[in-house]
This record gives sequence, C-alpha cells and structure tokens, in this order.
Amino acid sequence: MTFSPQLEARFDRMLKNYPPGKERSAVVPMLMYAQDEIGSVTPELVEEVARRTGITPLQVEEVVSYYSMLHRQPLGAHHIQICTNISCMLAGGAELWDHACKKLGIGHKEVTADGQYSLEEVECIGACSWAPALQVNYEFHHGMTPEKLDRLIESLRKLQ
Amino acid sequence: MPYNEPSPLEVKVLTRRFGLRDSASLSTYLATDGYTALRKAIEMTPERILDELKASGLRGRGGAGFPTGMKWSFVPRDSAKPKYIVVNADESEPGTCKDRLLIEYDPHQLIEGMLIAARVVGAARGYIYIRGEYRYLIDIMDRALAEAYAQGYLGPNILATGFGFDASTHTGAGAYECGEESALLESLEGKRGIPRIRPPFPAVAGLYQSPTVLNNVESYCAAPAILRDGGAAFAALGTPKNGGTRLFCISGHVNRPGVYELPMGFNLLRMIEEVAGGISGGKKLKAVIPGGSSCPVLKAEECDIPMDFDSLAKAKSMLGSGGVVVMDEDTCMVKAALRIMRFYAHESCGWCIPCREGTLWLKKILTRVHEGGGVASDVGLIHELAANMLGRTFCPLGDAAAMPTLAFVEKFRDEFEAHLNGQPCPFEHVNRLVTA
Repeated sequence: MTFSPQLEARFDRMLKNYPPGKERSAVVPMLMYAQDEIGSVTPELVEEVARRTGITPLQVEEVVSYYSMLHRQPLGAHHIQICTNISCMLAGGAELWDHACKKLGIGHKEVTADGQYSLEEVECIGACSWAPALQVNYEFHHGMTPEKLDRLIESLRKLQ
Repeated sequence: MPYNEPSPLEVKVLTRRFGLRDSASLSTYLATDGYTALRKAIEMTPERILDELKASGLRGRGGAGFPTGMKWSFVPRDSAKPKYIVVNADESEPGTCKDRLLIEYDPHQLIEGMLIAARVVGAARGYIYIRGEYRYLIDIMDRALAEAYAQGYLGPNILATGFGFDASTHTGAGAYECGEESALLESLEGKRGIPRIRPPFPAVAGLYQSPTVLNNVESYCAAPAILRDGGAAFAALGTPKNGGTRLFCISGHVNRPGVYELPMGFNLLRMIEEVAGGISGGKKLKAVIPGGSSCPVLKAEECDIPMDFDSLAKAKSMLGSGGVVVMDEDTCMVKAALRIMRFYAHESCGWCIPCREGTLWLKKILTRVHEGGGVASDVGLIHELAANMLGRTFCPLGDAAAMPTLAFVEKFRDEFEAHLNGQPCPFEHVNRLVTA
C-alpha cells in the first residue's frame, strides 16, 4: 500500500524521529495521518502500519481499538464534533447537540445518507472559555448558537 | 487579540507575546528577548539552572503542583542511558484551554523551555505530545521547529556551541488518559495508553525506560522567563510557596470568560468579579470548580480564597490545571456531577477495576437520580462508591472521578435529595442556549 508523495515523505521523516529499534512509536501518528488521507482505518492500513513499524497487525489492532479518533468506517466529509462537557454544557452545549441531531436527522457517530455530514458528541476539546464549541474535522468553531450552526452547515454544503 | 480581550489585572509573563504581530514567528521571538535564556543556560552549569528554578517556586502546571526544579533534579544525570524531554500537550482536563494558546501564539517559548530542560539533564532528544484534536497546533509547532532548525536553535550544534538537541511533535489520537504521565509514555511508545505502576518514576525510567523529564506545556514555558529575569523575580510575582503567574481558564456563567495570566494567589472572588466581569445575567454565584473537572467543587461562600496550590488543598480542593468553571444559582449540581462522571466513565482506560466499574456504576446511579428514579439510599450509595475508588488505582483518573463526586454529594446533598422519588429536576426549566 502506498500513500501520496507528501505523506510518504512525512512517514520517512517521522520514522527517523524515534531511536533505532523504536519505530513502534510511530504507530499512532502513522494511523492518524493515513486515516486523514484514506478516510478510515482499513484492514490494509493496519497491515501496512504493522509492516512499517515492525510489529504485528494484532498489536496495531490493540492501538486502533483504544483511541477514540481512530475509526474503521468512513465519516462524513464534514465531521461535526460537538462538545457537551461541563463548560460547554453550562453554555448550552447539550441543547446545541440536540439541535444538530434534529437539523441533520442523524445521531451520535452517524453519517447522513449523502455522506456529507456526520455527528459526534465529544468530550472536552479545550475550548472551555469560548463555549459552546465544536470542531468540523480539525477546525474549531467557538461561541456557537443554533443559528450559527445552521449557517455553518449551509456554508459547508455550498463548499461541496 | 485572540479569543478574549486581555484584562488590565493580568501580569503578562508567559503570555507577553500574545497579540503581537506574527507572535509565533522566530523573528518576533528574537525581537522580544527570545532565546536569550538559552544563551544563558549554555553558559550555566546544570546546578545553577536548577538553583534558579528552585528559587522561582515554579510548581507543575499540569495539575499536581510538584516543584519543577526538584522534579528535574531527580533525573540521574550520570546514567549511561539517553535522557529524554517530553512535553505533555495532551490538554484534556475539562475546563482547561490554556496550553492551546501557549502553543498557538508562542511556540518558540516552549522550544526554549525544552532546551533549558535538556541542558539541565543532558538530553539530546525531545518530543511534544499534542492531543489529536489540536491538529492545527501540530502544524504551528512543526513550522516553529523547522524555523528553529533552520536558524541553528535546534540540531547537532546549537548556536555553534557543540550542544545538540532534536525535537519533534507527536500526535495523540483522542484519549484523556494519555494526559496522565505514564499512560502518555506508553502512548508515545506506540501502545494503548495504560498507566504504569510507580515507582520507578519517569525521571528514572520513563520513555523507553530511560530517564525522562515530563512536564506540562506551561511549566516548560515558564523556564525561559525564570532564567531571563532570575528565579527570585519570578517567585516574587506569586506567594511564598507558589511562585510566579499562571494561566487561569475561566469558563461558565461569567460575563467575560477567557484565559487570563494572573499572579499565583489571586483571590477567586476577585477573579470572577473583576477579571471575568461577574456572573452573567445578574444571577448569583452558586459554586466554582477551581482547577478543572477533577477538582472538588467550592460553594459560593468558600470562594473568598487565594488561588494557589496550598490554599486550595487546605480547602480540600485543588488548583489543578487552572480551569475555573463558574456556576450560577440556576445550575443543577446533580446534572453537573453526572456530566463529569459521564466523562470519566468514557475516559477510564479500563486497566484498574475500581475505576472502570466505579465510574460506570456512578454514571448509572447519577443518571437515575437526575431523572427522578432515585431512592433515598442512592445518595449514600453514590458517596460510598466514590469513597471506595480513592487511592485504589494505578493512576489518578479514579481519584479524579471520585473526588468531585464526593464534594458534590457532601456540599449539595439537599439538591440530590430534591431529585428523589420521581420528583422532576428543580432546574429542568433552565435552557442555557443563547440564540442568534
């Protein structure tokens, strides 16, 4: 399995960051960056990361099942992650979450039929002082309201 | 200015470059005394650097408040093994959002802090472990590292002095537990983030079982200012046993939530009133979580308190990671306790049974009580379950879940009782959502 030239170059640099014999350290970053490129953690990716880091596919599987950001199924093109933890909850994060579910007609970790949007209720994303907050893929949006969320969803639709 | 307006009451040491044009660039850093502390550190012996750090009264900003100078002095410098510098940028304690800003606006300050630590212990390699959700910060940090390499502040021969140090970022992938030092090291070694039994501590057997300095972003970021202006000057900003300033992340029901750099020992009520503009909507203060979700809640009448590690410990809470969560009179304490427990149940790594089972059962019982399905014995049961988790786990996550729960039950028992036997939540009419 090969990746884009940019990602291959990143992996080459990455493996040199760890001492000889400690290539296993690159497992989580490799899975994260590869997942961004191919959309999910596939069985082929598990095999490939195992080969490149010198461990067994089972050892990679152990890692995949532990971390919440690694996922085996593709997400929507716009993965909307809404924080409902304490600071966001105090600012209406739970109500924002309910609004998003109704608006998109999907629930936690579900994807819209057209594959454009997915939703996830997430734990603290480190935006407590600018709550309620959410992330679309890796992009932060602070001080959200239902109206702002509606506008955001529409603007993402136009981007497609 | 980023995120929130600064407050005139702030004492800007670590955040002094926030708001400057291109504040993350090496040129801005160099134009504002950047890397002068590194030049000093290269001239100084490790003992002299440690003396300054100890004199500064700097205590770990990740939550435990352990004296940083002492922590660094535990690293066996004569060990034949390589030494490592690891930055904990896995900021995930609910209520905490400060390390994000330190990396976004001043990544070179963090690099310089790592270099100072490397000088002290004789390390040649460092890693910045950044939570996966903070991808944009990894990009910012990678650019800063590349700039530092290009200009000779990193690499085999830093500033042509023969001192060599390499550093790189390492992404996490979504796990609160990886903010715990030993789980972070496991994760950095490419494994599940499961805690290690201690001792040995990371200073002796950390990354790859080698001596390792592991600190929070903010702790490293304080080191350049301490060497630049002297440990005594930093110490003088705070209180006798709590040197310097710290970044407080104020969230919840205040008019001006934000991240503010204030002297250690700053009064909490004054912080809420004068820095954060008071409680929003003219409501009354009910309670404050003073240092992130794992810290026992303070009732309003307990909030006239200096914000330092020792004063909070005396009040049976913690200064933690600086996340000040302010709750007004309309906030349901059962709901707050439940939301925090849902978090810990989700994040428990499952390694230690008291934590894995305790958080799950507490989540179930708190849910039942909040929904009106609780009976009188549930309140005592919540307390008993939480008390039995304390001190019975490899890492502090079990305690982090139990301690706030005990405080919520002990201090707001009447609110728990008001939910029992089918009674609706007394605060169910409160809708927090701001519209437009």
